[in-house]
Amino acid sequence: MDLIKLVEQEYIRTDLPVFKAGDTIVVHYKIKEGTKERTQQYQGVCLQRRNNGLNETFTVRKISNGIGVERIFPVHSTNIAKIDVLSRGKVRRARLFYLRGLTGKKARIKEKRNK
Amino acid sequence: MSGIIGKKVGMTSVISPEGKKIPCTVIQAGPCVVTQVKNEQTDGYSAVQLSFGEAKPKNTGKAMTGHFNKANTTPKHKIVEFKHFESIPALGSIVTVDLFVEGEYVEAVGTSKGKGFQGVVKRHGFAGVGGTTHGQHDRLRAPGSLGASSWPSRVFKGMRMAGRMGGERVKMTNLMVLKINKDNNLIVLKGSVPGSKGSYILIEK
Repeated sequence: MDLIKLVEQEYIRTDLPVFKAGDTIVVHYKIKEGTKERTQQYQGVCLQRRNNGLNETFTVRKISNGIGVERIFPVHSTNIAKIDVLSRGKVRRARLFYLRGLTGKKARIKEKRNK
Repeated sequence: MSGIIGKKVGMTSVISPEGKKIPCTVIQAGPCVVTQVKNEQTDGYSAVQLSFGEAKPKNTGKAMTGHFNKANTTPKHKIVEFKHFESIPALGSIVTVDLFVEGEYVEAVGTSKGKGFQGVVKRHGFAGVGGTTHGQHDRLRAPGSLGASSWPSRVFKGMRMAGRMGGERVKMTNLMVLKINKDNNLIVLKGSVPGSKGSYILIEK
C-alpha cells in the first residue's frame, strides 16, 4: 500500500455523510474561545470539493445580509462536529463558480429527485 | 549520536489533538544492517557502519561482496558511518526505527534538490538593484557592486555571485518525531527534509 496513505489513514474521517457540489449543507464547526468551546452552524451551498486524501477541502457559499460569503473547510478536520445534508442539488458540473455571478432566483439549484 | 539511514517517501500532514494540521515528511528508515564496527585499536577511531537499500549482486564488486559477506548480509546500496553510537551494536545486527521515540527531536541529513545555475536573488537572497520605475530597467535581479575600485583593485574571495545551487549536503536540525510505525519501518518528522522523493536521508539523534 501507498506509504503516504498509510500515514494519513489514521486521520481520515469516515463518519461524515456523502455530499458533493450543489448540495445544501449545514456544517457544525467547533470554535474554541479561551477555554470554552461552542459549535457554530454554517449553512450554504457546497461549491466544490478539491484535493484528495487528508488534504481534501470543500467550499460552502451562502448569502449573509446580502453579501456573498464563502468558507473553505478541510473535510477531515477534527473541528467539524457534524455535517447535515439538507438537499441534494441537481447540477451538471463539479465546480459551481458560476453561482458567484448570480443572485436571487437565478442562484437557485434544482433539487435532485430520487428515482 | 545514534543514527539510521532512510529513504524519503514524501510529504503529507497529520492532525494534532488541537485540530491543527501539521506538515510532515514520511521517511522509510531501515532496517539497516551493521556491516562494520570500527574501534580505536584497529581503525584509530570508533564508528558504526550501517548499510541500507538492496543492491543487485551483479552490480556489486568482489571487494564489497566480501565486505557484506562478513556481516552475513546481501549487497546494499548505501553505506554510512555513524560516530558516537549510544550503544554499540554487534556486526551483522539490525538497527530499526526502535532507536527513536515519538516526541523527541532529531536531525536529518540529505542532498538538496539541484537548482542549476541560479542568480544571486535566488541563491543568496539578494534584493536585486532598484525598482522598475525612475527610468530603471534591465537590473531588477542584478547583484550590484562587487566592491570598491582602486583599493583593493580586485574582487574579494568568497564574494557571493551567481552559480550552481542545490545538490549539496544539507542538515536540518530540531525536527520533531511525530510518529513511528514499526510494522512498516516508517518515521514521520515534522516539517520538511532536504532532497527529492526516494533520496537517502540520514536521521541522527
